[in-house]
Amino acid sequence: MSFVEYGDTIKDGDTAIVFLGHESMFPVKVQHGTVTQTKYGVIRHSTDLIGKKYGSKVTCSKGGWVFILHPTPELWTMNLPHRTQILYSTDISIITMMLELKPGSIVCESGTGSGSLSHALIRTVAPTGHLYTVEFHQQRAEKAREEFREHGVEHLVTVTNQDVCKNGFGVSDIADAVFLDIPSPWEAIGHAKSALKAEGGRVCSFSPCIEQVQRTCLAMEEYGFTEINTLEILLRVYNVLWDT
Amino acid sequence: LEQPGMGDGLRPGPRICEGDCAVLKRDDVFKAVPVLRRRKIIFEKQWFYLDNAIGHIYGTTFEVTSGGNLQPKQEVEETTTETKEAGTDNRNIVDDGKSQKLTHDDIKALKDKGIKGQEIVQQLIENSTTFRDKTEFAQDKYIKKKKKKYEAVITIVKPSTRILSTMYYAREPGKINHLRYDTLAQMLTLGNIRAGSKMIVMETCAGLVLGAVMERMGGYGSIIQMYPGGGPVRAATSCFGFPKSFFDNLHEFPLSKVDSLLSGTFSTETLPSEPEDDVLVEEEINGLTEEKQTSLHETEEESTTEAAMEINQTEEQETMDINADDAEFKENKEKENKENVREKQRKQWERRKKLIETAALLREKNADGLIVASKFHPTPLLLSLLEFVAPSRPFVVYCQYKEPLLECYTKLRERGGVINLKLSETWLRNYQVLPDRSHPKLTMSGGGGYLLSGITVVLDKGKADPTNLEALKMEEPSCKRCKYCLSSS
Repeated sequence: MSFVEYGDTIKDGDTAIVFLGHESMFPVKVQHGTVTQTKYGVIRHSTDLIGKKYGSKVTCSKGGWVFILHPTPELWTMNLPHRTQILYSTDISIITMMLELKPGSIVCESGTGSGSLSHALIRTVAPTGHLYTVEFHQQRAEKAREEFREHGVEHLVTVTNQDVCKNGFGVSDIADAVFLDIPSPWEAIGHAKSALKAEGGRVCSFSPCIEQVQRTCLAMEEYGFTEINTLEILLRVYNVLWDT
Repeated sequence: LEQPGMGDGLRPGPRICEGDCAVLKRDDVFKAVPVLRRRKIIFEKQWFYLDNAIGHIYGTTFEVTSGGNLQPKQEVEETTTETKEAGTDNRNIVDDGKSQKLTHDDIKALKDKGIKGQEIVQQLIENSTTFRDKTEFAQDKYIKKKKKKYEAVITIVKPSTRILSTMYYAREPGKINHLRYDTLAQMLTLGNIRAGSKMIVMETCAGLVLGAVMERMGGYGSIIQMYPGGGPVRAATSCFGFPKSFFDNLHEFPLSKVDSLLSGTFSTETLPSEPEDDVLVEEEINGLTEEKQTSLHETEEESTTEAAMEINQTEEQETMDINADDAEFKENKEKENKENVREKQRKQWERRKKLIETAALLREKNADGLIVASKFHPTPLLLSLLEFVAPSRPFVVYCQYKEPLLECYTKLRERGGVINLKLSETWLRNYQVLPDRSHPKLTMSGGGGYLLSGITVVLDKGKADPTNLEALKMEEPSCKRCKYCLSSS
């Protein structure tokens, strides 16, 4: 298993998703000799998980059962341990398309936060692209590194622990796209420009407040960016309720 | 959320080459065209040739000069109105229809003289009696509006899913079943589309969804396109300008053969496309003069490339081009006729061989995902195509309408083997962000289609019986149950 390659069977060391039912799931690190408690009883990794097919129904000790799913960036987003606010898949989708990301793209991101977007970016640019992600909070940066290693994607990402507004992305003239999710993105626009390839590239900044957006737009214009576009995407989920 | 592109190329970037598929952009209007020499293009009521654009970097902005030539636009300092005079409100501005001193004929005369658009705008401002009384913002808006009309600049950009899906939604929404670009973006993410996967794609969106999937897979992995009728439509796919290698692992399989494949009675004796072979060959001849010059990938659908890339292209135009290469055209046609029969046999044999290969790929039943976006009812498609997908893999179904997806949802629950079913829609809102003038632009809703997504799991045969109600209830343990109705959350 890795986040950039499907595997058929569950192996020792994998990160798997335990699916208990409607919107109820959690990630589990598969390890020989370990047990996981669920409301349906215990799952014994050595016998219940390792060697089983992803997507199998696993019966727990109390007779209830769960499904074990292969991890994807989308499932990870729904289940990851939050260290910060995160971006969800609806926003991630439009960001990925508008930044024109594809296999081989070089992307810069800041901050790394909880790595929700990072996993999605890595998935899209693999196997030949790379993510340079900058996080000024040391503990978060280290935790992100650890997760990337566990998820088999460390070769596709470089985590740098520095302040992007002061020190930039640590790379220049290399990126096809830059993504900013920081409180003062306008202070990082200059660094975004120098991180981008000289022939051009795309930038996206995510801000909750319109005042932040305004300052960012002005900074972008100042640095010679064109085709500045601001948009919002909203997800509506419909409950299909049915009786038998 | 902002996504600007940068136009200032300091170093050789990707350059516009003859035979490329490029996209023309004027303000928010896009048009995909093949880059060919001596080829008249009509775009936004202007005609020009692309010859001069060849060799320039993608993203370059051009002005149309006399004789339809393109000339890279020089960066000019903003024409600031000399006196920064402006009013504070419009209490004294009266609409008497006489504020513009230039008549319609005057303006036409200026245009006929070949005066630059920029100067016309300046003259309009000078001859507007109310301009100085307008507020600063109103002046700004006036200039912007006039610039848009008289300063026609065209940017040539490289095609991408972002650009082509925006273009199709604006120009030809009917051809892509009104699939809005943000909905397409959701599909690519929900389907976990990435390099190395083995995907099944069933679409009737002119090949746009296929192209989007191909872009995200970057030539790694394989795609099986399921098609209705005589062959897959890939008009939009060809606009992407993918390298030839991207087509090496693109397979196609007729929908009409799916049932026989699942029941084990599949044979290649009767190809569904056979009756249409004549039509395809004929189309190929017609498209040949153009295609010979381009480096596009050779497929049966190629003849539709031109039509797709030049939506709104007139018949007249097509004829003109063919006449220009008349001699070559005749020569080719004769040659083609001679080899026609042999060629046809070879083609059929190859088709059959490919079909057997694709059938084998499907029989492995280990696809990494399923993407459906068609004009057909999704339920029968899902019920059969999901058979080819491995467990623990995502699937996404697009439909222009919600109701068929409701039925599909229920039928999938009855079938079992799927979890985390979600019916969703996205709304998109653009903003104008300017100092003291920020506001939402327009909300698009209801017109972008709906998605049903989920994840496959190992199908428990014993519990898949639709009459076994207990089993149904157990499929998703904590699901709420009530009347058969729909509510939004």
